[in-house]
Formats: sequence, C-alpha cells, structure tokens
Amino acid sequence: MDKRFFLKRSLAIGGVFVLLVAVNAVSAGFVGFNPLKVLADIPGGIVWMAQNFMPSVAAFEKIDTILISLGKTVLLSVASSCIAAVFAYLCAVIGSREAGLGGPFPLIIRGIASVFRNIPVVAWAFILMFSFKQSEFTGFLALFLGTFGYLTRCFLESIDEVAGGSVEALRATGAGFAPIVTQAIIPMSITAVVSWTLYMIETNIRDATLIGILTGAGIGALFDVYYKSFRYDLAALVILCIVVAVIACEAISNYVRRQII
Amino acid sequence: MTPPVWAGTRSPVPVTEASTGAMGAPAGAASAETARQFKRYSRRGKLKTRVMTKSNAALTATLVAFGALTVYTMLTINYGKVALFDAFVQMLKNLMVMFFQPGLAGHFTAFDVFEGVLITVALSVLTTFIGAAIAFVLGLLASANLSNRVLANAIKAVMSVFRAVPTILWVLVFTVALGLGAGAAVVGLLFHSIAYLVKAYSECFEEVDAGVLDALRACGASWWHVVFKAVVPEKISQMLSWTFIRFEINFTNAIAIGAIAGAGGIGYQLFLAGSFYFSFREVGLIVYCCLAVAVVLEVIATKLRKRYILHS
Repeated sequence: MDKRFFLKRSLAIGGVFVLLVAVNAVSAGFVGFNPLKVLADIPGGIVWMAQNFMPSVAAFEKIDTILISLGKTVLLSVASSCIAAVFAYLCAVIGSREAGLGGPFPLIIRGIASVFRNIPVVAWAFILMFSFKQSEFTGFLALFLGTFGYLTRCFLESIDEVAGGSVEALRATGAGFAPIVTQAIIPMSITAVVSWTLYMIETNIRDATLIGILTGAGIGALFDVYYKSFRYDLAALVILCIVVAVIACEAISNYVRRQII
Repeated sequence: MTPPVWAGTRSPVPVTEASTGAMGAPAGAASAETARQFKRYSRRGKLKTRVMTKSNAALTATLVAFGALTVYTMLTINYGKVALFDAFVQMLKNLMVMFFQPGLAGHFTAFDVFEGVLITVALSVLTTFIGAAIAFVLGLLASANLSNRVLANAIKAVMSVFRAVPTILWVLVFTVALGLGAGAAVVGLLFHSIAYLVKAYSECFEEVDAGVLDALRACGASWWHVVFKAVVPEKISQMLSWTFIRFEINFTNAIAIGAIAGAGGIGYQLFLAGSFYFSFREVGLIVYCCLAVAVVLEVIATKLRKRYILHS
C-alpha cells in the first residue's frame, strides 16, 4: 500500500471540508446571512418568544374554532393522500419495469412522476388559485398533485422490489396481465402501499398548513389571521394543536404499521 | 381434542390433516389450532385461498377507514364559488400557456430570475450544511448505543416536537423574533432540518453492530475514537444520502418561505407573478427553473450514490 495513504486521505477529507465551508461562506454573503449576528440575536429572540409567543388563558376560549379547522386540515390531508395513492398505484402498476405493460410505459410514467414530484407544492397552489380561487378544494388539488408524483415513484420502487419472482412464476403458468396484478402485485405490495400512504398523511398535515396560508382554508389560514393581527398567544395555541395532531398521527400510523405487517 | 368442523367431509386434504392432529403430533395439533382460529376451511370443507389473519383484518380495517374518511371529506369539503368544470377547462388552458409559452412578461428581467434561483439555492446550502453539522452531534447523543438512554430519549422527544411544527411556522415565528431577513429564514429552516436529520442519523447509528463498538471499547478506545473509527466509516454513505434528500427538501422549503414569509429568492418572485401580476408565462418560467434545479440535484445525487457504492 502507498505509504502516504493516510496523509492523502486526511488531505482529501480536509480539502472537501474547506471547500464546503467556502461554498457556505459565499452563500451566506450572497443572501446576507450573518451567523455571528444571528447567534447573538437568538437568546433575545427566545426570551421574547417565551414572553409573547405563549398560549394565554384567554386564548383557550378559541380552542373550538381551532380544533374544527385542525380537523378539516387533517381530513383534507387524509383524503388527498388516499385519492393520490389510488391514482399513483394505477400508474405504478402500468409503469412497473418488472410487472407492467412494458414498451414505452415505464419511461413515460417515470417522467410524469418526476415532473409532478419536482414542481413545488407552492407553485401548484398558485397555478390552481388562478382558476379555482381560494377554497378548501384548491388546497386539496394542490396536495393531491404533489402527493401523486411522490407516491408514484415510491410505489414503482416497492412494486419492483417485491414482485420480481412471483410475477415470473405467474407468467410461466401463462397468466395474463390482469391475474398477475390481482394475484401477485396487489397482495405483495399492499402493506408497503399502506405504509407509504400513512407517511404521506403525516407529511401532508404539515404541507396542508402551508397550503392553507395561501388558499385561505383550514388551520393554516387561521394561523395566518392570528399572526397578522398580532394575536401571538392564539398563534402559539394553533402551533401547539398542530404539534399534538402530528404526533398523534405519527403514533397512530406506527401502531397501524405494526398491526398490518 | 375435539374434531375440527371439517372432519369426515369430502375434501381429502382436511381429513389427512385432521387425522395427524388426532394422533397427537404437536405440529399437527398446532396447525389444527391455527386452522380453527382463522377458519382455513369453508363450511363445505373447501380450502380457503384467503384467510382472515389478524394482520389481514387490520389491513382491511385500515383500508375501510381510509375509504370512509376520504368519502366523508370529499362530501363535506368546501368547493368554493366557482363552477368546477369551467375552472378545470380554464386551468388546462392556463397550464398550456405556462408550459408551452414560458417567458418574461416585463415584471422581472432574466437576471432577476437567475439571482432568485441562486438565493434559494444558497439558502438551502446554508441550512443543509449547518443543519447537518449540528444534527451530527445531536444524532450521536440521541443514539441509544453511543449515549445514555435518558439523554437519547430526551433528545428524540424534543426533536419529534420540533419536527411536528411545519417549517413555514418556524420561519414566521422567527421572523417576529429576529426581524425579517435571511437570518430568520435560515434559523427557521434550520429547526426542521436539524430535527429531520437527527432522526435519520440516529437511526443509522443505532444500526451499527454492537460487537464492533464493544471490540473498540475493550481496546480502550475513547468515545470519539469509537465514533470516527467505527460509526462514521460504516454509515457515511447513508448519512450522505439522507443529507442530500434533506437538501432537496430544503430547496422546496426555501421556495415556500420565499413565497409566504417574504424571505426573498425565486419563491418571492413566484408569489409576485402568481398573486400580483397574474402572469402565467412568468409562473411557467419560474416553475421550469425550479424543475431544472431539481433535475440537476437528482443527477448529482445519483452520481454521488454510484461513486460511493463503487468505492465501498
């Protein structure tokens, strides 16, 4: 072995590190981010938040309004994830390399999934608001389109992962496309599909808040109203409710995952 | 042992199984037990191809719950005041303009858009790098095999609370506390990055073989030795992969906070084009810019992954 192996390795690691720091310094200069100033500001900011950004007793009077819109947001994310999952699964079955229709389909479906996945959900919200105006349905569509792209890609990978052997076996018996799908692909990939859908529901609750600020519906809009009218105690209560909802959702989906496997 | 319901019926398979069960072989008894529990045979003695096991029942219940919630939501959702069909037609028209005639419409120059993309990329670079550095240390402290259990659980609990708050809310909160600007944007994005990466890293670290750690500790290796000679070399490719995934997420988040918290970058221009100028062509151009960055990131990620798999 080269005697200077360790020296070379240290130099390479050091070089990469210096390069990364340099890239960050340039970025910080470009956006006007001063780490020292921010570090100095943070303690004051946290003290200010502890004093003002706390749910007060008066804020709890509005708890029913908050819970209703939180419930709507959760339902919206469940519905958009489930409907997107159905469409994504259809696409994934057609476009799967192992089991699909073959021909140009894998490439086309992958392309569509990639475009949908990479257009930010905020951009979808703006595009949809042109024609659908501000409503819950607009938020639903935006979430649906973003989720659809992401789930198609996940499902494609899970189908290709599980289906290989059994699809080959069924094909050897002379089974057509429909029996292969119903007897091999669906039974083998359904747990992965449910697991991914649960994950998307969790993610969509957070994204629905973001979309809600734009589309004026659900918990996001409520936060925006309180935030813009300087009712920080109410805004903090909204955040608290979201935290509880997301953690509860995580716990439920972990429980369901353990049960279905 | 009581004879199973199918005993003496016409199907030959159940009869043989029942007879082995009756002979008292433990395996046979157990299979008869499970068979009865899950009703493997129909009442007429046929072998069922689908059996309602516990996990199947849970799966069905989950799917039914998903279906019911979805139907309920779609029935009660507020559809707004627009005629949906007309809106769909209009949306398709707008999408055609956006995707087939993207371009500038006089509100921004090409340089503005380019600068916006750079600002957003710079924001995501900063938050990913600083976040990864902090998350590495916290991730070590949060993994049960490298730290003590109380500390690890405490960090994990705090991180799951941080993760539950949407990124945009972190940014808005810090905008009030620190004032509008890049500082609030970076700090707000950092919170979510750190929480996400701590979870990813600590789960990686916990997978490291306990024998390797024991062997190093038995030789008298210090904590940092264990970390840098055993944990990091084994998990570096996974860590890199998670960090890159986070970079992509941070880019999307940076667009979102530009649009909503006014933190600048391509997201702010998207907000202006979408909500003030109503310019489809400019929205199209900006969306194409975002797509281009995302494609470049994906290509880099694939290259990096291949390189690392080849090397290790």
